[in-house]
Amino acid sequence: MSTQPAEPMPPGPSSVEHALEVRGLTKRFGALVVLRGIDLVLRQGEVLGLVGDNGAGKSTLVKILCGFQQQDGGEVIVGGEPVRFHSVQAARAHGIETVYQDLALIPQLPVYLNLFLGHELTKLGPLRFLDKQAMRKLARQYLDEIKVRVPSLEAEAEQLSGGQRQAVAVARAVRAAPKILLLDEPLAAMGARESRLIIDLVKDLASSGRVSIIVIDHNYAHLFELCDRINVMQGGRITTDQPVHETSLEGLTELMVSNFRRELDDLSNAGA
Amino acid sequence: MQAGAPTDTTAPAAEPPGQQRAAVPVWRRVLRLFIYQRELTPVVITVGLFAYFTIRAGSNFTDSLSLSSAAGYAGPIGAIAVGEVLLLVLAEIDLSAGQVFLFAPWVEYWLHNAGLPVAVAIFLALAACCGVGAINGLITVRLNVPSFVTTLATNFILFGLVLIYSNMTQATPIPLSASTGFSSKLMGAWLWSEILWVVAITIVVQMVLTRTRFGVRIVATGGNLLGAAEAGIPVRRVKVWAFVLCSFLAGLVGIVDAVKYGSLDPGNFGVDYILYAVGACVIGGTALTGGRGTVIGAFVGAILIGILEDGLTLIGVSTNDFYVWVGVVIIFAMALNGQFDRLIARSRET
Ligand SMILES: Nc1ncnc2c1ncn2[C@@H]1O[C@H](COP(=O)(O)OP(=O)(O)OP(=O)(O)O)[C@@H](O)[C@H]1O
Ligand SMILES: [Mg+2]
Repeated sequence: MSTQPAEPMPPGPSSVEHALEVRGLTKRFGALVVLRGIDLVLRQGEVLGLVGDNGAGKSTLVKILCGFQQQDGGEVIVGGEPVRFHSVQAARAHGIETVYQDLALIPQLPVYLNLFLGHELTKLGPLRFLDKQAMRKLARQYLDEIKVRVPSLEAEAEQLSGGQRQAVAVARAVRAAPKILLLDEPLAAMGARESRLIIDLVKDLASSGRVSIIVIDHNYAHLFELCDRINVMQGGRITTDQPVHETSLEGLTELMVSNFRRELDDLSNAGA
Repeated sequence: MQAGAPTDTTAPAAEPPGQQRAAVPVWRRVLRLFIYQRELTPVVITVGLFAYFTIRAGSNFTDSLSLSSAAGYAGPIGAIAVGEVLLLVLAEIDLSAGQVFLFAPWVEYWLHNAGLPVAVAIFLALAACCGVGAINGLITVRLNVPSFVTTLATNFILFGLVLIYSNMTQATPIPLSASTGFSSKLMGAWLWSEILWVVAITIVVQMVLTRTRFGVRIVATGGNLLGAAEAGIPVRRVKVWAFVLCSFLAGLVGIVDAVKYGSLDPGNFGVDYILYAVGACVIGGTALTGGRGTVIGAFVGAILIGILEDGLTLIGVSTNDFYVWVGVVIIFAMALNGQFDRLIARSRET
């Protein structure tokens, strides 16, 4: 499937089963139309980079895909099946996990509870007592496994550095063994070592072929290293869809900047 | 704080990383204990007050009649404060819990008069309290009304309902209050049963908050509402259930309290209780900022207020002084907690 040439969205129902397919997705906040018809395909086992200016609507797209917000129109197809998620849990049941741009950690909770937030391990049946011991043990095992370092499992998220917080958020999403992983600027606050770690982790996951990943990042160097394909989001639509090997850093930068220039021109024309 | 230190599970929670363990002077260790165990400060103040009143009033203060009257002040405040803590941790508030406390025995009384057995009347009264909590919660989360406003409104509504349906006349005797059997003693006729109920719910609710999934979700929702929702926690449902629990607890002890006194006065206003209860929460170390709180602290805060009221009365100080002292203690507790928070923040910076 991934050998298929990267052409623009094939019209009509696709013959191949993609991990995720988005058709004509629209979303507005009051008068502000953020998504004007997003068409996007995430192939099985692929890493798709999503770039766009601040406010382009990337995070909004992610939040719709993970069930946190609902679209106004258009459809989302997961594993060939049209879906409409009304909650994060519903998306999760389809194997979709997310690292949000704001990380969604709880400052007052210790690292290990943050790692299990939303799928806490419990005991004593319907009383739902927390199985803290099991969570601590698994959290420690898991963080060691992916080599994420935190000062202590008991440290409250508030006490972590920005990069450590991001690492915990990524670890939480990956721990849940997703089929589709949505990463909204997972490397933004990370130093070289942690970035390396997360990049390798994502590459590992992708090479297993079982996880398909969308990653948003403003750092093109990261994207070029991580992604198979890059989509550019402008004016509420996907305007460019290219395999990474056909894209150059200069080309992409030029594309984004020229678009920015055009907007500036429009603005000054409107002002004149 | 060393970034990139290896994962270390052995450090206890109370120990912020980045501090040397060796050669910590005793006073610093004591200070740290007080900083991380917020309930300790009100405990010390309570013990101090107890000692002071014992010295001033001697056996007048320590005899069981006096102590039971202190417990009588503390019981209603504690029962309401314990549920209120959950809402304060959620960064919400329930101003109606005091009125629910007063409302529950009226419902029980009316239903019993209508011919229902006591047990059924109590059960239905508690169900009605849960209903009030559910309404508080649903209006707050569905209509996006601040809970301060929602519960202010339900407070007035309940007060009005009691005035209307009681015909402004006192009710007596309350079911169970006239009998001497075990169930009546359990439900409040025995001098100490109310405070024991409060102790029991304190223990249960403290466990709920710190050991259960519901508790961790309360902390998560109050600590970072958006983040908790993004992580898939049903934040609205968590809030509604917390309102239900708070109303239920207030109603339960309200019924016990009514049996204890044997009569109901429609003119009692619930906000009086609420102000003390929130005061008890604050004295106990719960800030109103959400994400943090202690149930035990709220209980201790209630006991402190109870001892203060009883003690001041006994040593012949006018009740007017009592209000001044409650105010002073609340400000003192708040200021102290603020200082502790700053100390924690500073210790994390180094
Ligand atoms: N809940 C909301 N209510 C109103 N407007 C919103 C909401 N969420 C996002 N927006 C608006 O939608 C637009 C797109 O926001 P979004 O966060 O998706 O951008 P983004 O591409 O992720 O930007 P960035 O690169 O800065 O993260 C912005 O103009 C933002 O103000
Ligand atoms: Mg964004």
